[in-house]
Amino acid sequence: MRSQSHTQSVLNRPSRRTFVQGLAIGGAAASLGVVPRMAGAHTQERQDPAVLSGTEFNLRIGETEVNVTGKTRTALTINGSMPGPLLRWREGDTVRLRVANALDEDTSIHWHGIILPANMDGVPGLSFSGIHPGTAYDYRFTVKQSGTYWYHSHSGFQEQHGVYGPLVVDAREPEPFQYDREHVVMLTDWTDESAARVFSKLKKQSDYYNFRQRTVGTFLQDVRRHGLSATLAERRMWGQMRMSAADLADVTGYTYTYLMNGRAPAGNWTGLFTPGEKVRLRFINGSAMSYFDVRIPGLKMTVVAADGLPVRPVTIDEFRIAVAETFDVIVEPTGQAAFTIFAQAMDRTGFAAGTLATRAGLTAPVPEVDPRAVLTMADMGHGGMGHDMSTMAPAAAPPASPPAADPHAGHTMPPPPPPPAADPHAGHTMPAPAAASDPHAGHDMSATGGGAMQAHPRTEQGNPLVDMQTMTPSAKLDDPGIGLRDNGRRVLTYADLFSPFADPDGREPSRTIELHLTGHMARFAWSFDGIKFSNAEPLRLTYGERVRIVLVNDTMMTHPIHLHGMWSDLEDEAGQFKVRKHTIDMPPGSKRSYRVTANALGRWAYHCHLLLHMEAGMFREVRVDEGRQS
Amino acid sequence: MRAVLRCLVAGLVMSRPLAAQAQPPAAPHQHDAAQAPTPPLTPASTEDHSAHQAPATTPAAVELPAFIPPPTDADRQAAFPDVQGHGVHDNAVNYFVLFDQLEGQDGDGQGGVSWDIKGWVGQDLNRLWFRAEGERAGGRFDQAQTNLLYGRAISRWWDVTAGVRLDTLPDTPRSALAVGVQGLAPYWFEVEASAYVETSGRTHVRVETAYDLLLTNRLVLQPLIEFEIYGRADPERRIGTGLSTGELGLRLRYEFRREFAPYVGVVWNRKFFGTADVAQAGGDRISGARLALGVRLWM
Repeated sequence: MRSQSHTQSVLNRPSRRTFVQGLAIGGAAASLGVVPRMAGAHTQERQDPAVLSGTEFNLRIGETEVNVTGKTRTALTINGSMPGPLLRWREGDTVRLRVANALDEDTSIHWHGIILPANMDGVPGLSFSGIHPGTAYDYRFTVKQSGTYWYHSHSGFQEQHGVYGPLVVDAREPEPFQYDREHVVMLTDWTDESAARVFSKLKKQSDYYNFRQRTVGTFLQDVRRHGLSATLAERRMWGQMRMSAADLADVTGYTYTYLMNGRAPAGNWTGLFTPGEKVRLRFINGSAMSYFDVRIPGLKMTVVAADGLPVRPVTIDEFRIAVAETFDVIVEPTGQAAFTIFAQAMDRTGFAAGTLATRAGLTAPVPEVDPRAVLTMADMGHGGMGHDMSTMAPAAAPPASPPAADPHAGHTMPPPPPPPAADPHAGHTMPAPAAASDPHAGHDMSATGGGAMQAHPRTEQGNPLVDMQTMTPSAKLDDPGIGLRDNGRRVLTYADLFSPFADPDGREPSRTIELHLTGHMARFAWSFDGIKFSNAEPLRLTYGERVRIVLVNDTMMTHPIHLHGMWSDLEDEAGQFKVRKHTIDMPPGSKRSYRVTANALGRWAYHCHLLLHMEAGMFREVRVDEGRQS
Repeated sequence: MRAVLRCLVAGLVMSRPLAAQAQPPAAPHQHDAAQAPTPPLTPASTEDHSAHQAPATTPAAVELPAFIPPPTDADRQAAFPDVQGHGVHDNAVNYFVLFDQLEGQDGDGQGGVSWDIKGWVGQDLNRLWFRAEGERAGGRFDQAQTNLLYGRAISRWWDVTAGVRLDTLPDTPRSALAVGVQGLAPYWFEVEASAYVETSGRTHVRVETAYDLLLTNRLVLQPLIEFEIYGRADPERRIGTGLSTGELGLRLRYEFRREFAPYVGVVWNRKFFGTADVAQAGGDRISGARLALGVRLWM
């Protein structure tokens, strides 16, 4: 049934490259993960990766033969499975994890989103020296939080090859929501190619994997739809920028197979339910490079946690999950025996899918992927350049947004000059004394509201590694994002997310650090402020201070930005605390701010969680040193 | 109309001048810096190249709120272990070898082969470039040149190149110093322009531009224009002063894979001015069209 509907969807789109469906891996329901094809010396034939719980854990990073696409490949695995075992910790426990390296290269494990001492964070070169072949590292720390997280290698490209797994911390106190059953749903991307090869191809030809460029055919289509002059004008803008409006993902379904709990769509991962139950689904995006848009046709989802921590419940039809984010949702399946969990890649070149069912072996119809979207000038914060192509229309901010955030503002008037208080350089030069009640706080925020011309760091000027700069970015918190606007479904946005608790710090940030996300698509070089990691000084914080980080996306890609060791407290456009996260999604043309309490001494990684962007240099060290006691 | 004007203005704002306004910062290598013991506090004198990060304004003292405990010695020890290794590898050396044209040509009943190969090895900003192109028809080389160039990215879309060009023709070898620019002009025109000074002092300029027109995502029509201008005649090679030769190619390739694309094409050649006069005097034609059948490969 399922494979029939796949076949049809492929036949209906002969011109599109079909994405690999994967083999039917086993028939067993409720199993998690790719089954090792050959039992190695150290792996038994096992259907499911283990669920490991307690306080003592033994993990072993090794090689395992897997077959995801019909070809046998060597994956790098944790305890022989991909994903690795589900780790279950308990809040308040001190856990000890012995990670042994059976590879012939260094490895590491980073516990994503977990607050812990720097030497337990697992980043080679910052937290420790990595785990050398044939050795083991003992991680030991006290777990101070609860919720859904994940863990992965922070060494080279190992994460792409399978070194990742889900992590659940059970709460000591009752959580503010109830459920009867739970499933982890980990979404990842798999390629039969080596990630190093993927990276080197992108360095040679950055659009190597994009077979959805606009062509003569789409030009003629647009002429029919929008008229010749509008189409020419639109193409002229892109041509002058030397950018591609079809650039939604660097690595696509051309090489990726998208996995749900280690299974390709044809493998049909299945989570069981009994009608009437409340089922908690713990979604984790453990991909190297892929964003997913997730929905379960026929079911509303109530989002109850984001990045591990509870949020005020919000009921939605669909959510976009950035790489490294987690969302916990509660569904109440009833009236059908099976529901499809459908996670289409943001660029629509493929999907991961599985089934919620009352028993193993059932399937439900799998939807078509949505039509692909193309980027608009408004998407990239070039609001003033937008004009009358109807593709621009969905970019209009929903009514809830403040008037200044209207990306169409430029249609009728030039971008307004910054109001006197909104010095765009504020973030750059404001010395901001460490006053607890800094009245400047509101000033910076007026800039994130959008409308004002964005100033840029000096290091971006004339920099060959910076191929564009946004002009009038805005927070876009209530924007569902490219490809999800006006799709008739209620789509989660960051504007919907509120922590149920007040700002846990309570102090106003004493200073603002503005960082721009930068890159050069054609050179496939990525950086902050135009400076790659290896040329950058650490970002220095003093223990105990509270800072505001303002990120401005000067690229046309979406970047999930992850700070290790400390929480990222996302703010709204007015600078008010909204929600505590560990990974902040930064769409093109966005300017978002969050607060960080520097309560963790040490050297911390701060980076784009798109693996290849990180490896290309979009990475900084954040160093928290002790201040003088005053 | 206003929209168009605004686009143009915005385009001007967006596009960068050819010349670099500033070199990228050459900050100390991170790994070196990381391994040096760092004092707990950065003195304000530390100059950061990305000034607006304002490490200088990192407060020297912070009054700890009640919910942030003062660090213990154990905390300090855990925070700054001695470490080795690299966070990421963002300065790796990459390479690219493109057999842009490997083709057989046929025109006027005369067969020939032609090649155009280029490649680089290096990092994001600094690369060593290699270009080789030539033609062989009727049992002799019409052209065979090799460029070895150092290329540096100087702005968003442009590299400057400098190096040598060797024309390895059996009878009339030439060697020259080469300087040039290469990059992507607005509307995705790929441009290579080079100026040469031969050891004899003779100068010439060569410009090539190509465009990829996507008929589909795999079927690509590539127009290419190439011409050469000489500052002084080179009689041994039957080249006159001024615009000497021009070529217009139109190649239609199908990318079975990105790396493998067979093509068919037509190529028009024309000799101009003094070069044409010499050809005519020798009874040669000054222009001709040929069919080309070839393959574009890269690795």
